[in-house]
Amino acid sequence: MKRELICIVCPMGCHCSIEADATAPKGYTFSGLTCKRGEDYAIKEITEPTRMLTSTIRIEGARLPRLPVRTSSAIPKERIYECMGMINALKVTGPVSMGQVLIKDLFGTGVNLIASRSL
Amino acid sequence: MTSMNTYEIIIVGGGPAGLAAAIEAHKGGSQNILVLERDRELGGILMQCIHNGFGLHIFKEELTGPEYAERFIREMESLGIEYRLDTMVLELRDDRTVDIISSQHGFETLQAKAVVLAMGCRERARGAINIPGTRPAGIYSAGAAQRFVNMEGLMVGKRVVVLGSGDIGLIMARRMTLEGAKVLAVAEILPYSGGLTRNIVQCLDDYDIPLYLSHTITNIEGRDRVEGVTIAKVDATRQPIPGTEIHYDCDTLLLSVGLIPENELSKSAGIRLDPVTGGPVVNECMETSVAGIFACGNVVQVHDLVDWVTEEARKAGHHAARFAQGRLKEGSPDLVTRAGHGIRYVVPHTIRVGNLELEVDLMMRVTEPCKNKNLVVRHGETLVKKVRKAHLTPGEMESIKIPVEKLRGLSGELNVCLEEVAHEA
Repeated sequence: MKRELICIVCPMGCHCSIEADATAPKGYTFSGLTCKRGEDYAIKEITEPTRMLTSTIRIEGARLPRLPVRTSSAIPKERIYECMGMINALKVTGPVSMGQVLIKDLFGTGVNLIASRSL
Repeated sequence: MTSMNTYEIIIVGGGPAGLAAAIEAHKGGSQNILVLERDRELGGILMQCIHNGFGLHIFKEELTGPEYAERFIREMESLGIEYRLDTMVLELRDDRTVDIISSQHGFETLQAKAVVLAMGCRERARGAINIPGTRPAGIYSAGAAQRFVNMEGLMVGKRVVVLGSGDIGLIMARRMTLEGAKVLAVAEILPYSGGLTRNIVQCLDDYDIPLYLSHTITNIEGRDRVEGVTIAKVDATRQPIPGTEIHYDCDTLLLSVGLIPENELSKSAGIRLDPVTGGPVVNECMETSVAGIFACGNVVQVHDLVDWVTEEARKAGHHAARFAQGRLKEGSPDLVTRAGHGIRYVVPHTIRVGNLELEVDLMMRVTEPCKNKNLVVRHGETLVKKVRKAHLTPGEMESIKIPVEKLRGLSGELNVCLEEVAHEA
């Protein structure tokens, strides 16, 4: 199946397409890309896309009502809404320091949810 | 009652520019530095920019806004640099005195040997872009909505249309979606987005939010609260084309229609402004037209990356310290930079070659997107520097570093322009 993508590896922003092809060296054929890095991006994007997720949670006993949080690295894209549900259910009491782990090992990925500021 | 306090360097604004300028001035030997911040905490706009993507150049890692700020705040505090929160600067004069007011200390006048302006920018509001329709609640600038959602924990609406495809508009389209709102469309009057491609992909495409290029808002409905907006395609002169209207039932309109450097204080000190950038005219040391008053960050030119704000602010802080110590050579500039073909503006505007330590860093934006051009600096007909660029867009600032040896002995204009790449025989 052919997929249309915009490559985001560099500012060129190549509009490209990728299609599975067992006879091609990487298992896919590409069009519209201008570099090798774009090929790896396109393969990852159609096989196992991941995203960083940032949001806020409720915090009590702090100067402000919301604590910004982020995933310690990228999580599978299809888990984003599930992760938002966990974030929305979470409430902490201050003080919290930047980098503090709030949820360990999201979905067994080894990725943590961490505070992205001290509050 | 008025009191007079003296500082070596006063920095107006405790955002990324002010923080980096203060740290660098301290490293340059200034002991007596004061940072003035009108908000309740340091960090400026970074504190509400909870998304990641900051610091790739400065820290070689991707941080969120608050993380990027906290690193600088910690460093500034560890150096013992004095700062005041909830403090508004009312007036700045060309003798480097500033009037400030706060509920804690009341009205005071401070004197500095050098001042660094780091006030940042503010959002262009509805009044500046003449949108027709009623004037109901539910119309926010994207940054105001970002502060409500990310810092106050308040949701601003459920069905949202965004006007403008700058990065803040794109980031907020994703943010509102993640918080449960339905973002119906992003409309952009230009035929291209001013936002980063990465944000188009990860903020709009990921969430199936349509982007309408060459579209603008032609009507806002609703008496007390926004009830709907109409967008329409525009022609080459940006006039709406009848028959192309799309109507959305929505309760919220976010405006992401540009940022304006905040220069009321600069004007009060009689500082010359560049009508294109909206910020002060500056020299190689980021010094304004008033001796001893420096400027950096979004108050000078609206940056797309905070990393470049930090770099520019380090330069301003470094040279402010030199000025305060009497180590900067004053006098008229040797060179004036000029934005030539395809270039919208160049910063700095003037160069005193004698003050350059290693090189001068010229920053600029192109007038429109283009591919495969040479970015060229010329002195008369003489080529000073040429850089080939595969891709140029107004949304991404370009910079060219020129070593001081190439500029010694030159006077007159340095012309920055785009030239065609010569076809090799």
